[in-house]
Amino acid sequence: MATKIDDEIDVLPPKGVRPPIIGPGQTLGTVTDRIGGIVLAKHTPVFWFLIVALCVALFGMLNTAIAYLLGRGVGIWGVNIPVGWGFAIVNFVWWIGIGHAGTLISAILLLFKQGWRTSINRFAEAMTLFAVMQAGLFPLLHTGRPWLAAYWLFPIPLTMGVWPQFRSPLIWDVFAVSTYFTVSFLFWGIGLIPDFATLRDSAKTLLVRRIYGMLAMGWRGSAKHWNRYETAYMLLAGLATPLVLSVHSVVSLDFAVAVVPGWHTTFFPPYFVAGAIFSGFAMVLMLAIPFRYLYGMQDFITLRHLQNCAKLMLATGLIVAYSYSMEMFIGWYSNDKFELGLVHNRLHGPYSHYYFVLIFCNIIAPQSLWLNKVRSTPWILFIVSMIVQTGMWLERFVIVVLSLNRDFLPSSWGMYWWTKWDMMTLIGTMGFFTLLFFLFIRFMPAISISELRGLLPQSKVKE
Amino acid sequence: MTTAQPIYGMMAEFDNPTDLVHASKAAFEAGYRKMDTYTPYPVEEAAEAVGAHHNRVALICLIGALLGMIGGYSLEYWVSVISYPINVGGKPFHAWPAFIPVTFECAVLGASLATVFGMLALNGLPQPYHPVFNVSGFSGASRDRFFLCIESQDPRFSLGDTRKFLESHHPVQVSEVPY
Amino acid sequence: MSNHTDSNPVLISADEIKPASPELETVRKKLASATGKRYWRTVQELADEPAFGELLQREFPRGAGEWLDPVSRRNFLKLAGASMALAGLAGCTRQPIEQILPYVRQPEYLVPGKPIFFATAMPFSDYALPLLVETHEYRPTKVEGNPQHGASMGATDLFAQASILDLYDPDRSVNITYKGEPRPWGEFLGSIRGRVLYHNANKGAGLRFLTRATASPTFGSQMAAIQQTFPQSKWHRWQPVHRDGARAGSKMAFGAYYDPIYKFDAADVVVSLDGDFLSGSWFPGFVRYARDFMSRRKDPDKGMNRLYVAETCPTTTGAKADHKIPVRNSELEHIARALAAKVGVAGAGGGQINADQQKWVDAAAADLMQHKGKSIVVPGVFHTPALCALAHAMNAALGNAGQTVTYIDPVEIAPVEHLQSIRELVDDINAGKVETLIIIDGNPVYDVPVDLGFGDALKKVVTSENGMIVQLAIYNNETSEYATWHVPMAHYLESWGDTRSFDGAVTLMQPMIAPLYGGKSANEIIAIFTDQPDSSGYDMLRAYWRSQHTGDDFEAWWRRSLHDGYIANSVFPAKQVTARLGAVPPPPAVDPNAIEIIFRPDPTIFDGAYNNNGWLQETPKPLSRGTWDNVAYISPNMANEFGFFVLETDGIATSDSQKNVNADHQSDSQNVIEITLDGRKVKVPAWPQPGHPDQAVSLFLGYGRKKTGTVGAGAGYDAYSVRPMTSQYVGSGSIQLTKDHWDIAITQGHFTMDTREPVKAASLQQYLDNKQFAHNPEEEPKEADSLYPDFRQKGWYKANAWGMAIDLNSCVGCQACSVACYAENNISVVGKYQVQRGREMMWIRIDTYYAGDPANPSVYFQPLPCMQCENAPCEGVCPVGATVHSTEGLNDMVYNRCVGTRYCSNNCPYKVRRFNFLLFADYTTPVLKLMRNPDVTVRSRGVMEKCTYCIQRITAARINAEEQNRYTEGRIDIRDGEIKTACQQACPADAIIFGDINDPNSRVAQLKAQPRNYSVLSEVNTRPRTTYLAAVNNPNPELEKA
Repeated sequence: MATKIDDEIDVLPPKGVRPPIIGPGQTLGTVTDRIGGIVLAKHTPVFWFLIVALCVALFGMLNTAIAYLLGRGVGIWGVNIPVGWGFAIVNFVWWIGIGHAGTLISAILLLFKQGWRTSINRFAEAMTLFAVMQAGLFPLLHTGRPWLAAYWLFPIPLTMGVWPQFRSPLIWDVFAVSTYFTVSFLFWGIGLIPDFATLRDSAKTLLVRRIYGMLAMGWRGSAKHWNRYETAYMLLAGLATPLVLSVHSVVSLDFAVAVVPGWHTTFFPPYFVAGAIFSGFAMVLMLAIPFRYLYGMQDFITLRHLQNCAKLMLATGLIVAYSYSMEMFIGWYSNDKFELGLVHNRLHGPYSHYYFVLIFCNIIAPQSLWLNKVRSTPWILFIVSMIVQTGMWLERFVIVVLSLNRDFLPSSWGMYWWTKWDMMTLIGTMGFFTLLFFLFIRFMPAISISELRGLLPQSKVKE
Repeated sequence: MTTAQPIYGMMAEFDNPTDLVHASKAAFEAGYRKMDTYTPYPVEEAAEAVGAHHNRVALICLIGALLGMIGGYSLEYWVSVISYPINVGGKPFHAWPAFIPVTFECAVLGASLATVFGMLALNGLPQPYHPVFNVSGFSGASRDRFFLCIESQDPRFSLGDTRKFLESHHPVQVSEVPY
Repeated sequence: MSNHTDSNPVLISADEIKPASPELETVRKKLASATGKRYWRTVQELADEPAFGELLQREFPRGAGEWLDPVSRRNFLKLAGASMALAGLAGCTRQPIEQILPYVRQPEYLVPGKPIFFATAMPFSDYALPLLVETHEYRPTKVEGNPQHGASMGATDLFAQASILDLYDPDRSVNITYKGEPRPWGEFLGSIRGRVLYHNANKGAGLRFLTRATASPTFGSQMAAIQQTFPQSKWHRWQPVHRDGARAGSKMAFGAYYDPIYKFDAADVVVSLDGDFLSGSWFPGFVRYARDFMSRRKDPDKGMNRLYVAETCPTTTGAKADHKIPVRNSELEHIARALAAKVGVAGAGGGQINADQQKWVDAAAADLMQHKGKSIVVPGVFHTPALCALAHAMNAALGNAGQTVTYIDPVEIAPVEHLQSIRELVDDINAGKVETLIIIDGNPVYDVPVDLGFGDALKKVVTSENGMIVQLAIYNNETSEYATWHVPMAHYLESWGDTRSFDGAVTLMQPMIAPLYGGKSANEIIAIFTDQPDSSGYDMLRAYWRSQHTGDDFEAWWRRSLHDGYIANSVFPAKQVTARLGAVPPPPAVDPNAIEIIFRPDPTIFDGAYNNNGWLQETPKPLSRGTWDNVAYISPNMANEFGFFVLETDGIATSDSQKNVNADHQSDSQNVIEITLDGRKVKVPAWPQPGHPDQAVSLFLGYGRKKTGTVGAGAGYDAYSVRPMTSQYVGSGSIQLTKDHWDIAITQGHFTMDTREPVKAASLQQYLDNKQFAHNPEEEPKEADSLYPDFRQKGWYKANAWGMAIDLNSCVGCQACSVACYAENNISVVGKYQVQRGREMMWIRIDTYYAGDPANPSVYFQPLPCMQCENAPCEGVCPVGATVHSTEGLNDMVYNRCVGTRYCSNNCPYKVRRFNFLLFADYTTPVLKLMRNPDVTVRSRGVMEKCTYCIQRITAARINAEEQNRYTEGRIDIRDGEIKTACQQACPADAIIFGDINDPNSRVAQLKAQPRNYSVLSEVNTRPRTTYLAAVNNPNPELEKA
C-alpha cells in the first residue's frame, strides 16, 4: 500500500509547478486520523519490532563499551600524546552538528513563515534532542575521571572552594550544550501539548486516554490559551535562533581558542555552523525518507519537503566548500611555517587519504543536488545524504587528528590509531539514536497535527 | 434536564471555523463578554472576536532573560575575581571576553524557562478538570469541530435567550455545559 | 626438611647420589615430596645431558617424586607468592644492626619526614661511582653523586640513578636454594665448610673462583688470604664488557698494565679514536670526563676546545664532535697509524686511508701539533692493543703524557685479561680439573663467548662425581640453572664494602637498608673459605682498614671516612711512564667487501646486568630513541640497498608516504635481518642509523635473556649468541634480509627539525660574527605587545621566580636526567605496548635531531622538561582549573582536581605533558611502596602529570630557609644553588641550571643574560621559564674551507 501511494504522490508535476505541501484530498479529520493513527494503532507493524530489536542490540553494545571504559580507563581507546582527543570529540562534534537542523527548521523557518516546515519540524526536533543526547555522552566519557567531571564542570560549591575555570571553552560547552538541550526540549514539549490533547480525545482505551490526558495537562483549545501559546511559541523560536547559532560556534571555539595549528583560526564559528546545518539536513532526509515510505506519509512529507531540504543542503554545502578552500588558502597565504606544515600534512601527510575522501563526500558529491532529478528522487537523496554524513564525520576527524598528530615540535609528532572500543562506542550511539527515534514515532505524533490542520484549505476563515 | 442546578454555560458546536467566527462576533456585539471558543488549531479571528488580544508572556520572557544574563555574568565575576582569584595562563582575573558565552547561554536559558512556565501559569495549566469536557462530542474540539461557549457568569446570560441566540447561527448543535 | 644432611655436609656432595641405603631412601622421599615444579623445570632444561639425566633417574626412584600432585604445586605457588610479599613488608622495619638503629630507639638525628643522606658507592664494571643516597626513615629513595669526590662532582650516570629500582625489584632472587630447593643459610654454610675441609686436604686443587672484575681492597685481601690457604686454587675474572684491548695496549706501550687518566679541562684539542668518553660509564671516568670536557665549551667567548672523532658505531661522543668521520673498524687502526706518523711517532705509518680520512687526519694532526701538551688522543676501550699503544705513543710524542694524560696503576685488583682468564677456566673444567666453582655475581652462562660453551662446561662440573657450583647472584639467571647452590646476593645498597673510583680513590660502601631478600655480600661468601666464616661484612671491612690505617686516631679517621664516603688522599699517584713503542704489527689490509659485525654494550641495559630494570628499559637509547628492545644499527646507505624504510633526517625525507607513516608511528616496524658470524646466526631488527659506517652492523649486548625477571623477559635479541672469542668487539660476517618485521617502541619518530628550528646552532665563527644568531626579531614578540596584564606589577613573581637554563652545548644526551626524574618523581613505567601507543610518562625527555648528510650528520640533543610558560597555553583551557600558576611563576598541576580532559596536553606546544591513560602506577606490589619518594604524589588513573621543577625540593628549601629565619627585604632568601632539580643534580655535563631569575647574581640569571639564550617556539609567545643556550661548535677553519 505504501508503495502505491509512493507512486501516485512522488510523480513529478509538470514543469514550473512545484509539488504541494500537503497531498490532495486531506481534511481535518483525515489528518488527525492518519497521523494519530500511527500512535493509536492496535497493531504495531513488524518492521518496527525488527528495527527496535536491532537497535536494542547496538544499545547493549554501547553499554558494554562504556562499562569497560569506566572499569579500565580511557586508555582502552586510541588516544595518546600528542593526539589527546580522538573518536570521542569527533563523535561529539558530529552528533551536535546533526542536532542543528531540527532547531533550525522549527525556529528559523518558523520566523520566516515557511509553512512547509510544519510537517517535518516535529521529528526534526526529536532528532535534535536525541542527537544532543548522544553528543552529551562523549565529552563526559572521554575524560580520565568521568565520575568527577560529571559535576566538577558545573558551578557547584565544593569543599575545595574551587570553581569551574570560566576562561576554558569546555565550560562554555557545558553551558551551551545543556542550554541547547533544555530549550530544544521545551520547544518540542509545548509543541506536543495540543497533539497530546488530540490523542487523549481520540484514544480508544482508558489507560491510553489517562496517559495522554496527563501529558496534555488539560489542554482544551481555548482561544485565550491559543493566543498565549502562539506568543510563547514565537518567542521560543526567537530565542532558539541565536542559540542554535551560538552552540556550534562555542563548540568550534573549543578548537579556535587553542594554539594548535589547524585549530587556531577565526573563521571556525560560521564554518562549523554551516557544516552543522549541512549534516543536520542530511540526517533529516535520512530519517524522513524511510519514515514517509514505511508509514505512507507521502501526503504530508511530500517531494516539496525533500526538495527544500536538498536545496538547503546544497547551499550549506557550498559554504562548507568555501570554508575548506579558505582554510587551505589562509594556510598558504599566511606563510606561517606551522600553517604551511598543516597544509602539507593534510595534502601529503600520513592521513592525506582521509582528507581526499572528505573532499569527495562534502564538496563533490553534493554538487549532484543541482539536478532537479536528484532532488526529487528519494532514494538518490538518501544515498547523497549518507555520503554527506560520512563526509561530515571525516571533517571533524581531519580537524581533530590531522591538526594534533603533527603540531609544533617534530620530535613529538605521532600517529593515532583507534581501537575496537572506539568503534563500538560510535556505532553504539547510532543504535541508541535510532532506538530513541523509533520509540518516538511509535508513542508520539511524529508530525505536528494541530499545526498541519492550520495548513488545510478548509481551515481558513471565509469572509 | 432541570434548570434548577447551576450550569457552567451554553455551548454551541460548529463544523467550520467561519460559522464559529461569525457567531462569536455576533455574540460580542450582542454584549456577551464572558465567553470562549475551543478550536483544534489556533483561529486568530475567533480569539479577536472573544476579545483575547494581548498577553503578558513577552514581558515574562524579558524578565527571565535579564535575570539569566545578570546571574550568569555575576557568577563568573564573583568566582574568578572575588572568591578564588588565581593566575591562569597570565590572563586577567576579570577576563570579560571569556565570560560572554556563558552569560549569553544563561540569558537564553532564563528567557526560555520563563516563557514556557509563564505561559502555562497564565493558562492555568495543568488543569485536571474543566466543565467543558462534560459536553458530549467536545472531543471534536481537538479534531474537526469548533465550539463557542457563553458562560453562565455573564450578566446577559439566560438559559432561553442565549440558547436561541446561539441556535440562530446554524450550529451543529447547542448544549448546556453542566459543572 | 630433614636435617640429616646438615649433620654431615659431605652427604650433600654427589656421593649422596650413589645407589642408596634404606634410610637415605626415606631422606630422598622427603626431599622429593618437598620439591615443587621448580626443580623439575631445571631437569627438563638439562635433561639432554645423558649423564645428568641418568643421575636424576637415580636420585628420583620412579614414583618417589610427587611433583605431579596438584596440591603441592598449588601450595608451592602460594608460598612463593607469600614469601615475596612478606620479604617486601619485612623491609619496612629491617635496618642493619651497625650504625643504623631500630625505630624503637630513635636516633637523635632522625627526624621523621626529613631525608637523611648517607655516603656510599656503586661498583660498576671494575671501578666505582661515589654516591650520596637519600633515605627516608632508612628507606633509600634516591641516589645522588658525592659532590666532594672527584670521580663524581655530585653527578651520576643513568645506571646509578636506576640502581634504586634494582634494589627493590620484586623479581630478585629471594632464597638460598640447593638444586632449586629452598634451604636455610646454616645448611649452606655447613655444606660449604665441608667443601673447605675437603679442599684443605688437597691444597685447593679443583677449587676455582669466578668473579667480575673488582676494585675492592678488602675483597682483594680476602682472595690473597685464600691463595695462601689454597695455593692450588685459582681466581678467574670475567666481565663481558671487558677492556682487554686497552690492557694489552698498555702492556704493549709501557710493558705493564696502567690506566690512563685524562684531564679534558686542560686540553684544547681532543682526538678520539672511537674513544667514547662522553657516552657512558663503560668508559672509566665518564661522569668526571663529561664535566671536564664540557667545562671548556660553556662560554664560547672564552674560547672552546675542539673534538675530532673517528668512530665506528655511532655514539653520543661522535654526536658532540666538531669533526666526526664514521669509519669501519678495520680502517681505524690505519687512521691511527697515519695520525701517529704525522705527530711524529717513530715506527708508525703505513696506514692505507682514503681521501676523506686523509683530510681529517691532516687537520687533526696539524691541530695536535699546534697544541702540544694541551691536547689528548683518546683510544677506544674496545679496540686492538695496537690502536691503544699508538694512542699512548702519540700522547707521549705530543708531550701530553704527564700534562693532560697521566697513568696510574690499574684500579682493578690483580688485573688480568678477562678473555684469557675465562678461557683458562673453561680449559681446566674440560680437563676435569675443577671440582668446586664459586661464581660471584655475573651471569657467565649468558655472556661468556659462545664458542667456549660455558653452559656445557658447567654441566660437566655438576655431573662430575665430586662437582659443586656455588652461585652468588642478585637474580635467578641463566647461570642459576646450573648451580648446585644458589645464594641471593646483597645489592650494593644493602652491603658493607669498599671499592676504588676510576682514579684509584678508595670509596666506602655503607648499607642503606638490611638485605631485603636476605642477600649476602661477596665478602661474606668468600669469608667462608677463610679462617673466620660467617663474619659480618662490617667486621671484615673494619678489620681490613684497621690493618691499613695503623694509628690510634683510627676511630675518628674511620668515622670521617664513612661520613665522607671515601678515604682521604687515597687517589693513586701518577706514574712516570715512558712509552717504548716497539714495532707495532701492521694492521690487516681493509677488505672493502667484508661486513663488519660490531658488538657494543647497550646504552641503557649495559651488558645485561640491568635487563630487568623498568626505568632503563623504558629510557630511550640516545641516538635511536628506541625502548624495550635492542636494535642493530646499519648505515642509511645499506638500508637503501636493502630497500626498506629509512629514518627521516634533513638529508633523507623518504618520499613514499607509507614509509612516512612508519616514521610517524610510535611503533616503528623494522625489517629483520639475519646476522651470520662464524656460522652462528641471529635475527635482529635493522635500524638505519645516520652516521653509521657502511659495510658494518652494530649489535648491542644485554638483551634476549632466556631467564630474567618479568620486566626484561622477551625483550630484544641475544647478541652474545653470536659473539665468539675471536670477535669480542668486532668480527667479519654476513647479513641476510629476511621477510620478518619487528616492532620497535620508539619515543620519537621524526629526527628532522623540519622548519621549526627548536635547536639553534652555529659555529664559533658564526657566533662571534653574530652573537644574536639564536634570535629572530621578526618572530619574537616583545614584552610590551600583549593584551595580558603584567603579573609582576600585580605583585606576583616578586619573592622568587624560578627558571631554568639548559646549555645545548653541554648536553651529551646520556639520559641520566630522565632516569633521575623517574626516581625523584615516582614516574610510572608503562611497558613496550603503551610506549608504542605513545604513552610513555617521562617528564624530561631528550629530543635528538639530525641535520645534514645522513651518512655523517650533525646531531643535536635537546632535553625538554616542562617550559613553565608564563603565558601557559595549558592553563587557560583547563575547565576545572587543575593547572594554574603559582606566585613563583610555576605552572602547577593539581592532581586531585584534574578530571583528565587532556585539553592541556593538546594545547601544549612542547607536548611535555603526560597522561595516566590507565592505572600505570603500581599500587599493589608492597616492596615498591618502600621505594617511592614520600614527598611526591603517586598519580592515579585518568590524571594529567608533568614536570614540576621538583616543587618538593623547592618547598623543602623554602621551609628550611624560613626555619633559619633567612629573610631579605621581606622575601625568603633562598641561596643560589640551594635548590637543585633532580635532572640538574644528575647531569654529568652540568648542562641544566635551575635557580631564581629575580636574583641577578644567580647562575641561571647570568646564563639567561647571555646572547645565546633563547626560548623554543618563542613565536607562540608562551614566555617559557625554561630557556636554552644555543649550541655553538668549534670546527677547524681549515676543514671548513675544504
